[in-house]
Amino acid sequence: MKDVSRKHRGWSWWYLLFIIQFAVILWPPFYNKVEPTLIGIPFFYWFQLLWVLVSAAITAVVYFATESTGR
Amino acid sequence: MKDVNWIALSIFVVLFGFISWLGFAAARWRRGDLDLLHEWGLGGRRFGTVVTWFLLGGDLYTAYTFVAIPALAFGAGAVAFFAVPYTIVVYPVLFLVFARLWNVCRKHGYITAGDFVRGRFGNRWLALAITITGIVATMPYIALQLLGIQVVVGALGISGGGLLADLPLLIAFVVLAAFTYSSGLRAPASIAIVKDVLIYITAFAAVIVIPIQLGGFGKLFSAVPATKLLLAVPGPNTTGAYSTYATLALGSALALFLYPHSFTAILSANSGHAIRRNAAILPAYSLMLGLLALLGFFAVAAGVAHLPEYAAGFKQFGNNFAVPALLLHSFPSWFVGIAFAGIAIGALVPAAIMSIAAANLYTRNIHREFINKNPTDKQEAQMAKWMSLIVKVGALVFILFVPTEYAIQLQLLGGIWIIQTLPAVMLGAYTRWFNSWALLVGWAAGTMVGTAMAVAVHLVAAYPLKIGGYGFPGYTAFFTLILNLGVSVILTPVFNAMGGRRAPSDATAAADYLG
Repeated sequence: MKDVSRKHRGWSWWYLLFIIQFAVILWPPFYNKVEPTLIGIPFFYWFQLLWVLVSAAITAVVYFATESTGR
Repeated sequence: MKDVNWIALSIFVVLFGFISWLGFAAARWRRGDLDLLHEWGLGGRRFGTVVTWFLLGGDLYTAYTFVAIPALAFGAGAVAFFAVPYTIVVYPVLFLVFARLWNVCRKHGYITAGDFVRGRFGNRWLALAITITGIVATMPYIALQLLGIQVVVGALGISGGGLLADLPLLIAFVVLAAFTYSSGLRAPASIAIVKDVLIYITAFAAVIVIPIQLGGFGKLFSAVPATKLLLAVPGPNTTGAYSTYATLALGSALALFLYPHSFTAILSANSGHAIRRNAAILPAYSLMLGLLALLGFFAVAAGVAHLPEYAAGFKQFGNNFAVPALLLHSFPSWFVGIAFAGIAIGALVPAAIMSIAAANLYTRNIHREFINKNPTDKQEAQMAKWMSLIVKVGALVFILFVPTEYAIQLQLLGGIWIIQTLPAVMLGAYTRWFNSWALLVGWAAGTMVGTAMAVAVHLVAAYPLKIGGYGFPGYTAFFTLILNLGVSVILTPVFNAMGGRRAPSDATAAADYLG
């Protein structure tokens, strides 16, 4: 599996991980509220800032998963 | 001139002088023959992961963004935070599509999106449409960068009318034009590093110091009116502010890397791997942009709009004056000098890349395609250098003689126009299925309907779409992209049938897209 996927690097199932950040961050009803606040910052703001970090981590996971296989 | 803040101005001038020198010195950096277009206009495709990070960061997160997004938060509230989901969903796009495009552009020596479309679809009229869209969408963007400089120069106390008030902008412009001409893309790449240090210092200092001055985040946010703090919950039979927010974020994200200046910075990287790595590390800038957006609320809480010393600034620049006023209000003069220099230098980096990108487009896809088909390498590079000057003079004339709101409205239209190149460029990176004439008709339909929709709502970003009595307000660019795709998909089999069984031309091979 690992060596075969190298030949056709046009697609990887790891890319489906990206759907998570699209689904969460593009659905405002999830986070359009004040409570719970974090050090006084409404949820709406700190949740979205937190997802900047989460999505960067997802991208890093996909990067390492797709760059290292079969090299 | 009696209100000039001399300490801030001195520090501003010293920092500006330093980056001017750096811009010219950059010609010697990773030395290449600047008489070749890919050396002048792409830095020889030699930038590694770290330099690409600075260059793309300086290119995408522009000075205008740093002023306009907090200004939107200051004026309109929560909707301004769409910049955060926007810069979250933009990176999977970079990762999945543009690493592939880097590979194929390197393989075939493509320098612009027009080059790629010309090779992929073999249709020079489609390539021309992509090229003209790119140039037209870029021009008002350059003008807005100059506006960013104008705002901070005004905030330093150099205001009033006449030549004297415009002099700092003219000086900045001459410096910008000269180092872009002599050093090409190496100039903004080196300056971007200095600019980032200044902006990061400003952002983190502001987000730590100002809340302490104002008595903590809780007190600060309680000063913001409840209607501005969150998105309005949609009423019955409409998706209301929710769909506006989500489509603004998604539409802006899909459009961002189609802009010529983004494409140019991507192609200057030394590998597709560097692009993918940057998709994971560029979000550091998104975090900073999110923090800066909060400055709009800080400005509300600090009440700068009601202080007499800033009245003139707000009168001249509107809400765009909110952040400069807040910084003047909260920090000592020497720090204001650093912060304002960061914003002004932050305008020069993207302005330089934009003018280079527009020049590359004209040189490759209009001049070489239609006017002089066999230029020497040196003629081609020289043409691009001259074009970069012409593009910038156009932007300068625009910002000095045309009301500011026209630049803002044209930039908004530019977003609607540039997204129409998505099917040919981004889907083209994955498939040659589309008929090139169908893409051209789809592009024309999206552009015309998008412009008409935007004009119908007096040039605001959101259009109140209604389908069967149900409201679905959203970003015009997003709706017209769907129209464009629909037209392209329906007409492709039709045009293929009319054109007989000729095999479609494609200069690229599947393996060219893999690194």
